[in-house]
Amino acid sequence: MNKGRSLAIAIAVATVVLVAIGTIWPVPSAVAYAGGGNENLLGSASTPEAAVQNLGTQIRLQAWSKAYTSLSNKAEFTEEEFLRDLTGYALSLRTYATLDSFEVQPLHQSANDAEVAMKLRWSSVVGPFEDKRDLHVVKNGDRWAVNWPLVHEQHVPPQVIPVNYLRWDVIYSGSGDDWGTQDVEAPHVRIVDMHPVNRADGAVVMGEILNEDVMPAFVSVRATLLAKDGSPIDSEGSFDMISHTLLPKQVTPFIIHFPGVDLSQVGSIHMEPISVLVSATADPVIEIQNQKFNPAPGASVTGQLSNQSGHTVNVAHVLSTFYDKNGQVVWVAGQYIDRALQPQTPVDFRIPVPEDLAGKISSQRIVVSTYTTASSL
Amino acid sequence: MRFRHASVLAGLAFAFAAPMALAQGGSMSLPRTVTAGAAFSIPTTGSGKATLYIVGPGQALRRDVQMGEAATFPVGELYNAGHYLAILVGASSTDTDEFDVIPVARPETLGFLAKPSRLPVGLHNGISGAVYVFDAYHNLITAPMPVSFELSVSPGTVQSRTVTTRHGMAWTGMDSAPKEGVAKFVARAGEASSTRVIEEVPGDPCAIVISARPNAGKLEVQTAPVRDCGGNAIPDGTIVTFTETSNGRQTTVDVPLKQGIARVDMPAYKGSKISAASGVVAGNEIRWEGER
Repeated sequence: MNKGRSLAIAIAVATVVLVAIGTIWPVPSAVAYAGGGNENLLGSASTPEAAVQNLGTQIRLQAWSKAYTSLSNKAEFTEEEFLRDLTGYALSLRTYATLDSFEVQPLHQSANDAEVAMKLRWSSVVGPFEDKRDLHVVKNGDRWAVNWPLVHEQHVPPQVIPVNYLRWDVIYSGSGDDWGTQDVEAPHVRIVDMHPVNRADGAVVMGEILNEDVMPAFVSVRATLLAKDGSPIDSEGSFDMISHTLLPKQVTPFIIHFPGVDLSQVGSIHMEPISVLVSATADPVIEIQNQKFNPAPGASVTGQLSNQSGHTVNVAHVLSTFYDKNGQVVWVAGQYIDRALQPQTPVDFRIPVPEDLAGKISSQRIVVSTYTTASSL
Repeated sequence: MRFRHASVLAGLAFAFAAPMALAQGGSMSLPRTVTAGAAFSIPTTGSGKATLYIVGPGQALRRDVQMGEAATFPVGELYNAGHYLAILVGASSTDTDEFDVIPVARPETLGFLAKPSRLPVGLHNGISGAVYVFDAYHNLITAPMPVSFELSVSPGTVQSRTVTTRHGMAWTGMDSAPKEGVAKFVARAGEASSTRVIEEVPGDPCAIVISARPNAGKLEVQTAPVRDCGGNAIPDGTIVTFTETSNGRQTTVDVPLKQGIARVDMPAYKGSKISAASGVVAGNEIRWEGER
């Protein structure tokens, strides 16, 4: 009993002591991220790297005014433009993204200026994305300050773009209808290609699905791996690795991951394409320009998206199907575009490809799914 | 079926729960069949008061009767078709008997299942129609009767079949017409009819032919009007994928048909190859050698 009481007292005393230490000598980052100011996180901008570090910290803390004030070329643009450069000019993935971390890499330095690469890693609702800026840092007295390379977003001249693409609306049967009254038929979709492969992290099932119908379809694909005795091993869906809204005769790739499953355990695969009629519009049309497959090392497909419509596309998801020389699907990969697609303004994309598959790839096919809000910021 | 068993069991329970020591002479005389919803009566013999129970699928009736008189049931009182059990429980006697309630011979409504609601043109037996014939009380009329099916896309293009029902149901298959359109699929039995709408839509594009011309520094590529192999125009909104390949670079764009054709501006690279496809149907390929 006495031992227990002594232990309790010791824990209580230790807790009080630690709380007191934490209060009197707090960790600077803890204070900053708790909203207690960021001065302690910022060092003296006595070197180019320190100046970029300070800028990164302020961006991470969303201390936009302080970050803007610290710039040496702030006279060239407004704080609003600086903010829009980082968070997007229109509602996009950037708008609600937070800077998760950043890397600073000195490239070149002289007595009065320096070149520093800054890699910003943002966290968004669909996963992380990177933003790399090459910064010119200049010396002002005994301090260094960053010349921010503002990316000016192109704006299309004011004009009226008539849009008269089709729009489909759906009226389903109601509860008051007679028994036997048929409902509108679900769109007819078909899996036109399916290919399972073994990867280091598990099995992968990929392929393509076609909307054979004359109506738009909301599609998804579910795959169930069955053991040789017919028992189910795992069942997974394509989630966002598919373009869900398919217009008539449109094809989308899909890829389904089964982490930790080896294909040697699998006797058969049950594929379940799901399609639902959905209200949709044939607009916007996105042109995928200058697609180029870049072989290993750093295998990727790059290109630009060009929004051919007259309104802003807030979120775009690029999906690419990679084929071998026989036309067999060898990989499916995708990338979200962190910036909104302004009308007629190309935006770069880069989809990485696993190095071990790069040598097999002979061609690729890219589709873009888009999300547009009624009112952009 | 479960309800019918329950009803019969309930009837039997009534019968066995009645007093066993019964006076003699109490009985009833049941018709073998009663038409659903029709008036009928059940004469009884004997004397004294009794209770008549009629138990069947979906219905159970109770009547206090004077033995020796007829228990009458007005129009619409007993309307669910099926096999019924009648139990007459008197003060000292119980009589049980069975009879059938049969559907009214005249069809009143049709349950018409037509599938699919949308299909491509030119499909043999692509449309199925199944009819269940019901009387005014929603009883399935099991007696054979002719049902006519008629599928019409436009005046003059009519397919019709007459099928006799078996166990209350008739089924037929129909071909979709070679021309697109909205078809009326009508089923008739007696005076009753039911209509469904079948959308007959164009099939896959038969051929995609593209052409290109320079336009303000770009290449305007467009298809000829896209039709299926029956000459039907492919619906607007159908996606045509244009692909331009030049020096290892590729530009693709999915363009919906508008007024029967798909049109897009693509980069004007000399020596580029441009092709188009829709679904699994590929079109011709053209090579752009620049303006001449």
